[in-house]
Amino acid sequence: MTLATIGRSTIPPTRVHELDAVVVGAGGAGLYAALELKQELGPEARIGVISKIYPSRSHTGAAQGGVCAALGNTEEDHWEWHWFDTVKGGDYLVDQDAAEVMCRDAVETIINLEHLGLPFDRTEDGLINQRRFGGHTRNYGEGPVRRSCFAADRTGHAILQTLFQQCIKREVVFFDEYQVLDLALPEGPDGPVSGVVALQLSTSELHAFRGKAVLFATGGYGKIFKVTSNAHTLTGDGMAIPYRRGLPLEDMEFFQFHPTGMYKLGFLLSEAMRGEGGVLLNDKGERFMERYAPTMKDLASRDVVSRSIYLEIAEGRGIGGSDFVHLDVRHLGADVLNKKLPDMSGFIRTYFGLEPLTDLVPIQPTAHYAMGGVPTDIDGRVLADETGRVVPGFYAAGEVACVSVHGANRLGTNSLLDILVFGRRAGRKMAVELADLPEPRADADAEASVQARVSGLLAGSDGERPAVIRAELQEVMFANCGVYRTEQLLAECRDTVAALRVRAERLRVEDRGCRYNTDLSDALELGYLLDCAEATVASALARRESRGGHAREDFPERDDTDWLKHTFAVRDPQSGAMQLRYRPVTITRFEPKPRVY
Amino acid sequence: MDVTLRIRRYNPEADEAPHWEEYAVSAEPTDRVLDLLHQVKWYTDGTLTFRRSCAHGVCGSDAMLINGRNRLACEYLVKDAGTTISVEAIRGMAVVKDLLVDMEPFWDSYKQTMPFLVNDEIPADGKERRQSQADRDKYEDTSRCILCAACTSACPVFWSDQSYVGPAAIVNAHRFIVDSRDTAKQERLEIMADPDGVWRCRTTFNCVEACPRDIKITKAILEVTQEIGRAGLR
Repeated sequence: MTLATIGRSTIPPTRVHELDAVVVGAGGAGLYAALELKQELGPEARIGVISKIYPSRSHTGAAQGGVCAALGNTEEDHWEWHWFDTVKGGDYLVDQDAAEVMCRDAVETIINLEHLGLPFDRTEDGLINQRRFGGHTRNYGEGPVRRSCFAADRTGHAILQTLFQQCIKREVVFFDEYQVLDLALPEGPDGPVSGVVALQLSTSELHAFRGKAVLFATGGYGKIFKVTSNAHTLTGDGMAIPYRRGLPLEDMEFFQFHPTGMYKLGFLLSEAMRGEGGVLLNDKGERFMERYAPTMKDLASRDVVSRSIYLEIAEGRGIGGSDFVHLDVRHLGADVLNKKLPDMSGFIRTYFGLEPLTDLVPIQPTAHYAMGGVPTDIDGRVLADETGRVVPGFYAAGEVACVSVHGANRLGTNSLLDILVFGRRAGRKMAVELADLPEPRADADAEASVQARVSGLLAGSDGERPAVIRAELQEVMFANCGVYRTEQLLAECRDTVAALRVRAERLRVEDRGCRYNTDLSDALELGYLLDCAEATVASALARRESRGGHAREDFPERDDTDWLKHTFAVRDPQSGAMQLRYRPVTITRFEPKPRVY
Repeated sequence: MDVTLRIRRYNPEADEAPHWEEYAVSAEPTDRVLDLLHQVKWYTDGTLTFRRSCAHGVCGSDAMLINGRNRLACEYLVKDAGTTISVEAIRGMAVVKDLLVDMEPFWDSYKQTMPFLVNDEIPADGKERRQSQADRDKYEDTSRCILCAACTSACPVFWSDQSYVGPAAIVNAHRFIVDSRDTAKQERLEIMADPDGVWRCRTTFNCVEACPRDIKITKAILEVTQEIGRAGLR
């Protein structure tokens, strides 16, 4: 089969793989799930991990500062404190039963990773070392606590490598460089899910992976924004695919802007730089976070710090009146910078030509993390709607999912914890449920529609380049749906995204070959970005309050009377009409209070 | 500034042989070479093919031979690369298309080295295994590897004979050989003592020069040979 034959509208046979369970995405969540499945089901189980990039390239590897667990290795700590911090950090939109599971499971999960070989930094007693991180406090908000377990400033890299290594040991089957394009839902969006349809990038052949259980662990969609810490590959595939089939996306209006993105480049300087003592300075050399967050100062939660930077810039105190401020780490000394923050120090030297020991570092908030995503329960089971019905055989974990443990704003380090705890739990649940799930059936419609989509893209040569539309999308999303939002900005943004969607119906794909047609991949990914943007803007426009990462200048207060609820954005696959529905927040222990750092 | 980007193009589906193409691009001194490749791919020629992901030197996707040396395209800035920049695929591995090579043999070598901790015993208290920071620091350097293949594809021994496991595989073997928690040291050393293992190294230091993480690869290789000697495997 070649793409040329697809272009001539013949329908080549799709290659079929029979598996027990299909994991899509090879970051921390997907790999931990695969490992659990192998451990639970034994070496004979056919567990396939499908990824559009090699597992070791996954963006888990870019996570820097650490992963929190109340081990109490360097000072007193309790998982209940971590639980409170997570709920408060999420501005009370967190489902507290889910956050309880995450913070309690954290301790055992981190210990398990050590047993699997993770190279944690150590205390003098040889225990896992811990350091401070934004929003993590002792005794329900009294002051910073050392809770973040770390491997220098490349904790994510260590996690990704360790889990990849253990998957190799357990003989998980990897399908590297396959781009998943659709779910097999032979009986419609209510399920059961019985596999996926994917494009093999090296040959452009289509493959149907059949399995009774499918986990999406595909990561986020930061590439809808112009300035982002996210990898080029983070295009929301795993969110857009179920959304197109009529399944909901939860809380998409909540997107985290990390305060310390490298100016213009967007990728991160770890919060660990502030955890180790770094501070933010404005044009006057003032440590401005003291004004906005008197207790936690530079270690307030990320949404608070990002907004403070924006306000400083808006009031003319950006550096030289421009749109950035400074991160000052000069006083940390060579030992801390080179041993505890070596990668960060390297970034500053490589990309800015600056010396962190003597120079101030230009930073700006950067689009970093999707709190929202595919709604799931605490075992990774995907919800079909706001009533909590599950889609049999369909699971999601990690950034693609919304459990919701992050609510309206995620605390630093809790993303790594989320992928680990819920990746693992999803794997376990899949192993348990496999016996009761129906035998997988082919979804001929999904296979045919993927064929049609691919051949359509290859046939329409007179449209615009995907990059042109993508750049306009990223521009408008960053300007209008960023740190601060208003009705007018969001309405303009909605209209622009709608217009871009129309333009994207005719794309120009120049590459007609079969080998690694990354031009085609770019076009497919643009469609996913536009879908994610649509759901994000619509959800943001409707939410007339400010909470966590969603800051409305026209509705500056949090409104617990009307808005203490999760958004579920659903698009009817037939009519294309979008609906917003709502689901109550689960509150078990911590009553919503004003959020002060 | 105006930059001439020379790219060695080869699409076996369409081209009889590899050939150089030149592209005029406009760049900021702080742009990465990867930014220029994107400029060409996104706005000039959609068929240009290469791998990339994180774009800041941590995922290891975009090792290329740039101005005659292996580097990550996302870590090399125009101000350092100059106004004429030559980019080609890393060597010693089959070119699949343009700058993208067949990585499968590289992964096979990696997997040959048992790249995973072996230790089935869990402390009686159920907590973490104790390890001193000093013991942990023994594999600090080699645990930083991002598997980009810049070292292996810069190695003249590997160019002449691809049955050599190559520096990247040895780096990853080292990471476990010196980990005080691991219980499979003997087996690892036997793999490294194979005729296609560590002895093939001729210490040309190409790998060290190529490594974007500045891992002291030759030192790690030497330490593995010393461990083999201590184990009496030589």
